[in-house]
Amino acid sequence: MNRTLLAALAAATALGAAAAHAEITIGVTLGATGPGASLGIHYKNAFQLMPKTLGGEPVKYIVLEDGSDATNAGKNARKLITEDKVDAIMGSNGVPSSLQIAQVAFETKTPYVCLTPIALPPEKYHWTFVVPQPTELMMGAVAEHMKANGVKTVGFIGFSDGWGDLMYKATTHHAAAYGYKVVTDERYARADTSVTGQVLKILAAKPDAVVVGGSGTGGALPHVALVERGYKGRIYHNHGTVNAEFIRVGGKAVEGAVAPTGPLIVPEELPASYPTKAVSSEFTKRYEDTFGAGKRNAFGGYSYDGVLILNAAVPAALKKAKPGTPEFRAALRDALEGVKNVVGSHGVYNMTPTNHNGQDERARVLVRVENGVWRLLK
Amino acid sequence: MTPEIVAWLAQDGITNGAIYALLALALLLVFTVTRVIFVPQGEFIAYAALSLALMESGRVPGTIYILLAGGALAAAMEVASAVRQHALARLPRILALYVVLPAAVAGAVWWAVPRNLAQWAQVLLVLAMVVPLGPIMYRVAYQPLASASVLVLFIVSMAVHYVMMGLSLVFFGGEGLRSRPFSDGQFQLGVLNVSAQSLWVVAASLVLIAALWFLFERSIYGKALRATAVNRVGARLVGIPANLMGQLSFLLAAFIGAVSGILISPITTLYYDTGFIIGLKGFVGAILGGMVSYPLAALGALTVGLLESFASFWASAYKESIVFTLIIPVLVWLSLRSRHVEEEEQE
Repeated sequence: MNRTLLAALAAATALGAAAAHAEITIGVTLGATGPGASLGIHYKNAFQLMPKTLGGEPVKYIVLEDGSDATNAGKNARKLITEDKVDAIMGSNGVPSSLQIAQVAFETKTPYVCLTPIALPPEKYHWTFVVPQPTELMMGAVAEHMKANGVKTVGFIGFSDGWGDLMYKATTHHAAAYGYKVVTDERYARADTSVTGQVLKILAAKPDAVVVGGSGTGGALPHVALVERGYKGRIYHNHGTVNAEFIRVGGKAVEGAVAPTGPLIVPEELPASYPTKAVSSEFTKRYEDTFGAGKRNAFGGYSYDGVLILNAAVPAALKKAKPGTPEFRAALRDALEGVKNVVGSHGVYNMTPTNHNGQDERARVLVRVENGVWRLLK
Repeated sequence: MTPEIVAWLAQDGITNGAIYALLALALLLVFTVTRVIFVPQGEFIAYAALSLALMESGRVPGTIYILLAGGALAAAMEVASAVRQHALARLPRILALYVVLPAAVAGAVWWAVPRNLAQWAQVLLVLAMVVPLGPIMYRVAYQPLASASVLVLFIVSMAVHYVMMGLSLVFFGGEGLRSRPFSDGQFQLGVLNVSAQSLWVVAASLVLIAALWFLFERSIYGKALRATAVNRVGARLVGIPANLMGQLSFLLAAFIGAVSGILISPITTLYYDTGFIIGLKGFVGAILGGMVSYPLAALGALTVGLLESFASFWASAYKESIVFTLIIPVLVWLSLRSRHVEEEEQE
């Protein structure tokens, strides 16, 4: 008898608690397998380090696997929204996948925190908020550095996919303003066994510097081939390439490579006054404590910052509606548009109705490979 | 385009073409003997290359777990069939082949990894790890369906490919790896600066092709393989065991794949899923040879290598499209030339 009473009491308390704290649900789709696995694994890892509450309310993350496939990503997004009634959706680790999710978010009126830099027509941005730095912002740092070093001609070699296209666009975007000319647009695939043809063509054009639009270890192949063929100019990479594996694969050949990245790659070297120093240091330390020394990368930070932005927006949305309702989703979207000075591991976010990324120069630093590690370029 | 560039591109194309030629030969061998379109051929490249790179960095490659588990599975299937046929005398041999041998290899790898042996010893260990996966794969996945149609066998191949690729991601991770070159030497050959590693690739391919020719022309096993390829039923009638031939062809295919992987891992970055696309280009080479002739397949593969190299100079964004488009005219020509035959006879 007593035991039954206790159980009933416990159940009643639990019910009461549930009623007082409506749980927030965040749906996530990522590809930790398939061609984008090397990035997706890090994006996914970060969800083990996420806060257990958002704006003071308990939160549940539902993480689905899409195999780096755009169709699957779209299906996952639809499933999360219709079956799990998520309040916001996050993902994925590839431009095509993220475009699919953005479309689903737009149709179902669900706030979407996008984890890849994508470009959308303005009306589609209504429900989408992009965490990573725009490629133009990142490559702007490279353009500045090239101008300071008197670079007049630039050879480009990049992936033959959406990422390569984005990087080429970003590199040519700054050409006029910073006084250089892009003289080649060579493409290769991550799985290629040789880039000799492309490299020969770049060498024939004799550019002052080369920009590589690859990502991760895939950026090493053209760099090594250029060095082997005796290219003496500076070789620039992009924020997708900055990790320890790139140096492990490239070895001595990639010494001196310069790339833009978020401040969380080199938090130890940032000046104490740097706005993200505390958040970047803490996240990088927790990530490496959990997944091993030297595992720091930009991708986990995007997942983390995405949740921090949601965390900042949730209190305002909670005042208007209860989680799990369309009203809450609409309120959350409005709140996301108004978040100010959210300090993440990558930068400081200030959203406006016309800028759904909200980052500035504080979200980028230049790093260089020195003695086998990425160091802050001062 | 200067003559110098042509020479560079040709050198690059021949190096890659040599690898594709080896793979084309392996694919052709497996296809003619067992009628299997061997999609997982590329996996042996990735497994060998990534295992070598991991051993060099002082880590135990996960390949040994696949070897142990695969061996145990094959042993269980063999034991079950031996018990059914009341042929218990076969048991010691089964256990020795599928359990003791993989365990010995795994033990040797465990022992060798922290000792950081010389490179040739690591290469031998990698071969010992990867090559037995071929016959084990045949025993587990293909032998029970050996007389099924080409299409069924092809679908089995796709399944095996996905399983192997998934395991590869689990054990090797998503990032690429690269192993140390056999030698850092460079030779001046006219305008060309030929790296010793690319000479290794070409020389090893030539040696392997010669060895294969010798095997088929001079050894009894090679002749039995050829007989099976020409006529499976006839070969069985004269006492050539079909299952043994299947395993033998898979053993050779795995060996060729593993050697290719070891040869190219110092000159490029390999990923857990790279093997497939390399194998596919070998397959294009084999198709250019009409899937029947070894010299034509090797020639076709060399064409693929050269075409790829020149395409990457002229129109790098369309390189893959150009290489794979090559199949279409060849297939059209083949289908116009040969009269339509029904899928092979029912046995």
